[in-house]
Amino acid sequence: MSTAEKPSYKVIGTRPIRHDGVDKVTGRALYGADIKLSRMLYGATVRSPHAHAKIVRIDTSQAELMPGVRAVITSEDVPEQGDRVVELGEGAVNMRHLAANVMAREKVLYKGHVVAAVAADDVHTAEEACARIEVEYETLPPVLDLLKAMSADAPILNDDIRTESIGSAPSGSDQQTNVAKHFMFEKGDIKQGFADADIIVERTFDTAMVHQGYIEPHNATAHWNADDKITVWMSTQGTFSARQQTAELLLMPVSSVKVVPMEIGGGFGGKISVYLTPLAALLSKKTGRPVKILMSRTEVFEATGPTPGSHMRVKLGAKSDGTLVAGEAWIAFEAGAYTGSPIGAACMCVFACYDLPNGQVEGFDVCVNKPRTNAYRAPGSTHVAMATETLVDELCEKLKMDPTEFRIKNAAGEGTRRVDGPVYPRIGMVETVEAIRDSEHYKTTLDGKFCGRGVASGFWFNVGLKSSVSATVNSDGTVALVEGSTDIGGTRTSIAMQLAETLGIAAEDVNPVVVDTDSIGYTDITGGSRVTFSTGIAAINAAISIQEQMCQRAAILWETDAENVRYEEGHLVGPSDQRLSFRELAEKLRELGDAVVGYGTSGSETQGGAFGTHCVDVEIDPELGKVQILRYTIAQDAGTAIHPSYVEGQMQGGVVQGIGWALNEEYWYDEQGEMHNPTFLDYRIPTCYDVPMIDTIIVEVPDPQHPYGVRGVGEVPICPPPAAIANAIYDALGIRMTELPMAPHRVLAAYLGRNTDD
Amino acid sequence: MHAFDYKSPEVLAEALQQLADSDGSAKPLAGGTDLIDQMRTGRHQPTLVIDIKKVAELNVLECAGDGLHVGAATPCYRICGDDNVQQDYTALADACNIIGGVQIQSRASVGGNLCNSGPAGDSIPAMIALRGICVIAGSAGTREVPVAEFCTGPGQNVLADNELLVEIRFPPRPTASGSHYRRMIPRNEMDIAVVGVGASVTLNEAGTTITDACIGLGAVGPTPLLAARAGECLVGQTVSDATLANAVEAAKEIISPITDMRGTQEYRVHVTGVLVRRVLETAISRATGDPCVVRPGH
Repeated sequence: MSTAEKPSYKVIGTRPIRHDGVDKVTGRALYGADIKLSRMLYGATVRSPHAHAKIVRIDTSQAELMPGVRAVITSEDVPEQGDRVVELGEGAVNMRHLAANVMAREKVLYKGHVVAAVAADDVHTAEEACARIEVEYETLPPVLDLLKAMSADAPILNDDIRTESIGSAPSGSDQQTNVAKHFMFEKGDIKQGFADADIIVERTFDTAMVHQGYIEPHNATAHWNADDKITVWMSTQGTFSARQQTAELLLMPVSSVKVVPMEIGGGFGGKISVYLTPLAALLSKKTGRPVKILMSRTEVFEATGPTPGSHMRVKLGAKSDGTLVAGEAWIAFEAGAYTGSPIGAACMCVFACYDLPNGQVEGFDVCVNKPRTNAYRAPGSTHVAMATETLVDELCEKLKMDPTEFRIKNAAGEGTRRVDGPVYPRIGMVETVEAIRDSEHYKTTLDGKFCGRGVASGFWFNVGLKSSVSATVNSDGTVALVEGSTDIGGTRTSIAMQLAETLGIAAEDVNPVVVDTDSIGYTDITGGSRVTFSTGIAAINAAISIQEQMCQRAAILWETDAENVRYEEGHLVGPSDQRLSFRELAEKLRELGDAVVGYGTSGSETQGGAFGTHCVDVEIDPELGKVQILRYTIAQDAGTAIHPSYVEGQMQGGVVQGIGWALNEEYWYDEQGEMHNPTFLDYRIPTCYDVPMIDTIIVEVPDPQHPYGVRGVGEVPICPPPAAIANAIYDALGIRMTELPMAPHRVLAAYLGRNTDD
Repeated sequence: MHAFDYKSPEVLAEALQQLADSDGSAKPLAGGTDLIDQMRTGRHQPTLVIDIKKVAELNVLECAGDGLHVGAATPCYRICGDDNVQQDYTALADACNIIGGVQIQSRASVGGNLCNSGPAGDSIPAMIALRGICVIAGSAGTREVPVAEFCTGPGQNVLADNELLVEIRFPPRPTASGSHYRRMIPRNEMDIAVVGVGASVTLNEAGTTITDACIGLGAVGPTPLLAARAGECLVGQTVSDATLANAVEAAKEIISPITDMRGTQEYRVHVTGVLVRRVLETAISRATGDPCVVRPGH
């Protein structure tokens, strides 16, 4: 659906076959695990069996004696970082923590924390050598509970952490603490706001730690050359970020590291941080041979970067006419072993869908003995959407107001100031709610005894950041497009389409390739829903440069000045109405001056924000507490959908992950901090039997900061599902679920214990 | 993974000899769906793997006058695809149809499921309900043990190091009998039972009175369980809600479930009751001739 007069595009909005499709479906695409190099060694890691312990002694002698073992490393081989904070693409990172996460130094802070690594002739020898490394630990009490971790008498994980105050939070003390950050954002007069409210709702919510669940485990192959040049082959969302992290961890100049991106079997934010790369590089340095390390699924769960569990208390107040007047939130996130949860983003997102005159948001980043958390698809926003959107549903129920009507009345729009400060440009929140209200799904009555319907909205910022592309015109009229954005969601094609649209040629006539860090200009990570927006702008700029160069070459041919040549819909038009197609001129370029190469960059643009509204129908077995998703419709503002199939794919994929988070996914820990379900058997992501076809409605409110109006679409679809499903469960059974996941035993317990006068 | 030897005998005697010669350091491999993973994670480190899939006696699937014979290595897809099993031993077909996906069913065997002796093994409550008998061969000869007595603890069973499970034999099915297996799983497929229940029921000619019943329970104790009293209390009773409620209570009395990542102890007790009732209802309907197609996961 379109909300404004839409320009007529030739390529944008069509659905060409993806350029990397044949390699992917025939199994020829090369992933990190496919790398085989001459004289390559295989690495394996020794990992802590304890969640919290001091490392007393590591004896590697028995491992080193084994035939076939070529090198063993411990933290003594990892350079000391000192007190350094480095900007690493998605924020400032304490290098001592990053290094200690890669290889534990004095303490292990979670089960699965690496303490040593081995390189050997084959992986079985490497694993056997790991088993022969003796590590003596002095175990410490594990800190697993978020609120207990915040208390003054909790055991301390990191002795260098003091509470950092952000926003209007009071400055912290000099005491050692597990509370690494304290956020406070305020707007208006919160006391007056609640005093003005006719109805106030307030609840406490808990969500479990969950993992991105990408199919491909982490991998890295590194070769440290005799000239101190290091080449890395790996699956990563950002080659330049991986290059910088690796270089900083090894105390080498960034220019000494080249990162070669392999295809990615899923990332969702989890493949930005490096884990294995520095270990492979150090083992390679010791042996002079390339070293490859692959993680097992269990290692991925126990020791990469899931998204935090959370504890939240949120309160909303509204007038009896349905006007939201006040909102208050207290949010604590598990950072995991080291600081860095997305608590800041959560504090900004919690009321971001609404025009809230009075708000106060307080947030805490809390270290616990679990893996260091990391980005996961709209990091922090899904947690807070669960809280806010549940309370909005409760307000609607008490006001006897339709949930779409309430959201339209209170939706954030152009000029709305978020509680944390920023003022929105043109956004499409209202339009997504209207799209759900007007949808076939919402207009159809839901019958059935234990069936219910829920609605929820969600927000994600989307970012700009920097991208570079280069594009060479081939003599057959095609364009070779070289880019640095690793392709997770079909971005080779969505970038190629923007170049093709600008040049007036077919998408199939552009051949996109993703290359290593020595072969393209600086490009930030594939994350923050930024690639189709930002790398797209770089491609458009490259295309504009090619247009100018083609006009110059045509001017040579037609013996006129370049300003007399126009570029029109893939054609060069001369002053005497001479006319050549792009291809016809390309065929003549050999005789016409310099090579035609366009470069394009981006970096100054920021995105306007993405919104989505979802509607779900569920049916619940009241004897088992099991929730079936009957029907699901998602409406989301894509700005302009470049390749509608990939926009729909992102929307559907986000919903499926959100359904998993809502219903079954969780890190199940025992009291010692051991995760009991580090496999896909017991960590239950949805299968195709658990989700219906997800119906999509692409709303297009163009973002004026992009030439074609693109908004990123990758992240926001994961935000509303848990709340939408919780609201549907309420509609079906009359119980408010406030804990994720809403697993059968929790739903049943809530239903059997329901308070009938609630 | 450790280095190990691999042998694939084609004759039962040869397999037994290899097993006897290995002094407990060998592991028989049928489908390998449990064993290979357990070797990979180091839980089992056999020096010899004896692949028994080529042994003819271990691959039978025959329904004769003396009942059904299922070779210990017979893969699930053959069992749930067999007309006789579907018709008369439906609980076994139900179980084999929901163990893993197509790839797993093409390899995995009910003999392997039994020898792995997991409390949640899906085929075991069904085989208990159908009164299966394990035929075990060893150097000293052959012995028989009811399926209900085969498992002795999580991952433990009655097999001695030199013994091999050859087949599971099921008695012939009386007329007017029906059976069913179902499990509670959080997802709709590809999951491990939080609770699994198998039941077999025989009715009188009029279809009104229960003349025989047998109930097996999974994932609610250290081994799969025969709910003997729950079955016995149904015999001679007319089919009614009250009759089934008695069986439910009797079944709950013998279980000792734990809380783990698959469900809480309290939840498992509750679900045992729900499933015993539902499984009995389906088995009774089947005994009256209604095939009762069940959607997995629902």
